Amino acid sequence: MTALSILLPLALGLGLLALIGFGWSLRGGQYEDLEGAAQRILFEDLSRKEPKP
Amino acid sequence: MNALPLAFPTALAMQSAPACVHCGAALAPGQPRFCCHGCEGAFALIQGLGLDAFYRQRDASAGEHRPAVEPPASSFALRARPGRGGTHSLDLMVSGLTCGACVWLLEQAMAARPEVLRARANLSTRRLSVTWRGDAALADTLAAFPARLGFRVAPWSPACLKAEEDSEGRALLGALGIAVFGAMNVMGLSVAVWVGSDMAEGTRALMHWLAALVALPTVLIAGLPFYRSAWSALRAGRTNMDLAISLGVLATTAMSLSEALRNGPYTWFDGATALLALLLAGRVLDRAARRRARQACAELLALQAGEITCIGPDGTLRTAPPEATVPGDRVLVAPGDRIRLDGVLEQGEALLDTAASTGESLPRRFQAGQALPAAAINLGDAFVQRVTARLADGSLAAMARLLEGAEQARGRYVAIADRAASLYVPVVHAVAAATFLGWWLGGGVSWQAALVPAVAALIVTCPCGLAIAVPAVQVVSVGALFRRGVLVTSPTALERLAACDHVVLDKTGTLTLGRPAWVPDPRIPPNILRDAAGLATSSRHKLAQALAEACPGAPPALTGVEETPGQGLRRGAARLGSAAFCGLDDAGDGMALYYRPADDTGATCFRFTDGLRPDALEAVQALGRLGLSVELLSGDAAPAVHRAAGLAGITEWRSGISPAGKAARIRALGHAGRKVLMVGDGINDAPALALAHASASPAGATDLAQAAADLVLRREALMALPAAIRTARAAQRAARQNIAFSLAYNVVAVPAAVLGLVTPLAAALVMASSSIAVILNALRTNALRIGRKAAS
Repeated sequence: MTALSILLPLALGLGLLALIGFGWSLRGGQYEDLEGAAQRILFEDLSRKEPKP
Repeated sequence: MNALPLAFPTALAMQSAPACVHCGAALAPGQPRFCCHGCEGAFALIQGLGLDAFYRQRDASAGEHRPAVEPPASSFALRARPGRGGTHSLDLMVSGLTCGACVWLLEQAMAARPEVLRARANLSTRRLSVTWRGDAALADTLAAFPARLGFRVAPWSPACLKAEEDSEGRALLGALGIAVFGAMNVMGLSVAVWVGSDMAEGTRALMHWLAALVALPTVLIAGLPFYRSAWSALRAGRTNMDLAISLGVLATTAMSLSEALRNGPYTWFDGATALLALLLAGRVLDRAARRRARQACAELLALQAGEITCIGPDGTLRTAPPEATVPGDRVLVAPGDRIRLDGVLEQGEALLDTAASTGESLPRRFQAGQALPAAAINLGDAFVQRVTARLADGSLAAMARLLEGAEQARGRYVAIADRAASLYVPVVHAVAAATFLGWWLGGGVSWQAALVPAVAALIVTCPCGLAIAVPAVQVVSVGALFRRGVLVTSPTALERLAACDHVVLDKTGTLTLGRPAWVPDPRIPPNILRDAAGLATSSRHKLAQALAEACPGAPPALTGVEETPGQGLRRGAARLGSAAFCGLDDAGDGMALYYRPADDTGATCFRFTDGLRPDALEAVQALGRLGLSVELLSGDAAPAVHRAAGLAGITEWRSGISPAGKAARIRALGHAGRKVLMVGDGINDAPALALAHASASPAGATDLAQAAADLVLRREALMALPAAIRTARAAQRAARQNIAFSLAYNVVAVPAAVLGLVTPLAAALVMASSSIAVILNALRTNALRIGRKAAS
């Protein structure tokens, strides 16, 4: 039982953490351009400027 | 009519003939590296920026990136949004953005400009967001930059935004995340119960309650999309698939709660949450497939959207969106512009291409005071139009309202899955109720115990396979059609398309290209053609553009060209234009240009015709082989329709049909029991498109026609139509097989559940295996078709 009292909250907590992470990335618009994200990694970024505000 | 870059490179030509270094189109003899000057400029620009890796990695069809002769016409400066610290930003719709290399080129090339702070392109929505330091006026320069590289740009319109803005899709994705989280964790707890047969009662109760703790919020939140849809169906007095799902999930959850309360051997929370997760995954995929099609449609429409030039009381010109004009305003319609509002011609004479509004292929002359048809294109001199109705009250808006009514009528079409559900749901629920009563009253067990086999029957039949059966096929078929350039915009389009047995084609712009093409004449010497085409590049007149297209390598006459709009071009003593303009007399049909060289060695006549699409005959024959009868319905005059029908091999044709006449014909065919597929592109086709059983419109169709159509053919080929019908029929077959398969499953599963033999583990296995079988069957149809295509 002692093992369960540690392992069960741990398992559920990790799952919940993943869910929160998913919600965060969804709200941040990371699923808006799945096609582009898949292609983007294939190209070298030549940008010499930092995108500063 | 001319929304897309034009190129028909065949696979053969691409292998044997040399191709343009920039756009990849086949080169004409005598062209060393580039097909046109635009491409040469774009290549130099890309080389200069050190971005030529683009050419090695891009994936686009030939001719896709050929820069347009005309720079973008809209004024972008008004649309720039001011930001902090003297910066501005602008959103653009970029057409021709086909692959990662395009995104890379565009972003790098924009970022290489010193004033640009940030450039980000979205490959799915074709949206380019640029932020720069400096005034709003820079927007026009920046927007013209992608055009020089060969991309077509348009302002990011509300239609684009609507297609991109997908709050419902995001809600579905969020629900899927919650359901997957819930299902995984509940499954972990359930497996412990399944394998732990020696588990102490107290531990089992703990497991049950933990599962309930996770499952209850999951079922309540992640199931919301289903509950909403079920509720709206109930209120309308119908049953649908979502009602069956909602009842199944909620009943299972309630029964599991009762089992947890009395500490029964099993709870069924895992079944309820896994079901939700699977179904939501199906919905998300289905939506994503159609979202892509919606965005591609919005892209086609954005390229057509434009602004109008208003003339102020003091004679000043300003550009304004068409919505902002009121009756009495005076609008300048430049040569080549499309008329966007209802109005009358103020003075003089106008020569209009009215193909989009009436289907006539020959231009028509209008006198002062006459009402001008909205959506017509100005072929002649610039003229002033006095607006008589606001956009919202005009004929185009009236047509759009008419369409909405027709669309709603079609919205009542019941999808096959819902038809199956309406038979299936009452039966299943009756079986479940009988099981409950049978065990409780007849079997003499407690009502809680009787609930278990009853709900087990509900969940094994719970139409997991059935609910995924149709979406799985849809996703596969819609995706396959998207790759072939067919955009499917309506969820039930494929089902309706599969049932069609009669095709009604429009002529101008559908069966034909809808724009003049030069009729090659071997008697014309190449140097004369080149000189004339070079002169023609400086005009926006339809015929001149057709001539320039016929000889893309001609060096353009850059200086000294004088245009008399509606009549011709003059450079020194050389003239290109109408017969009268060149001092000849010709009683032709207006589809010819004359060229008199500077040394006056005799005039040459270039004849044009609104040619059939290259694959029209082939497509009509293919439709015939599929068992569909073909009919041509046109607003054009009889001789032109007769000729086109003859060339395309169509025996049944009608000419001079008004928009109302077209709609009436479709209705008559419908009453006669025919399932009509209407294909058309003009405003005059829109009511017929909306009334037909299924409808399609070709690339370059007017926005109203595209909005009314179920399918939009994105490429300049009609052969996509028979291919779409074949795909739709294969999809329909697969959907029927899937439904039959899930029903057959239940013949075995239901008796077992009713007898109380099914455990949660068995239910989970049944559910997963039936879903997998159904998905594999959907994929199989796609694999078969692709295999057949490769073989042919």
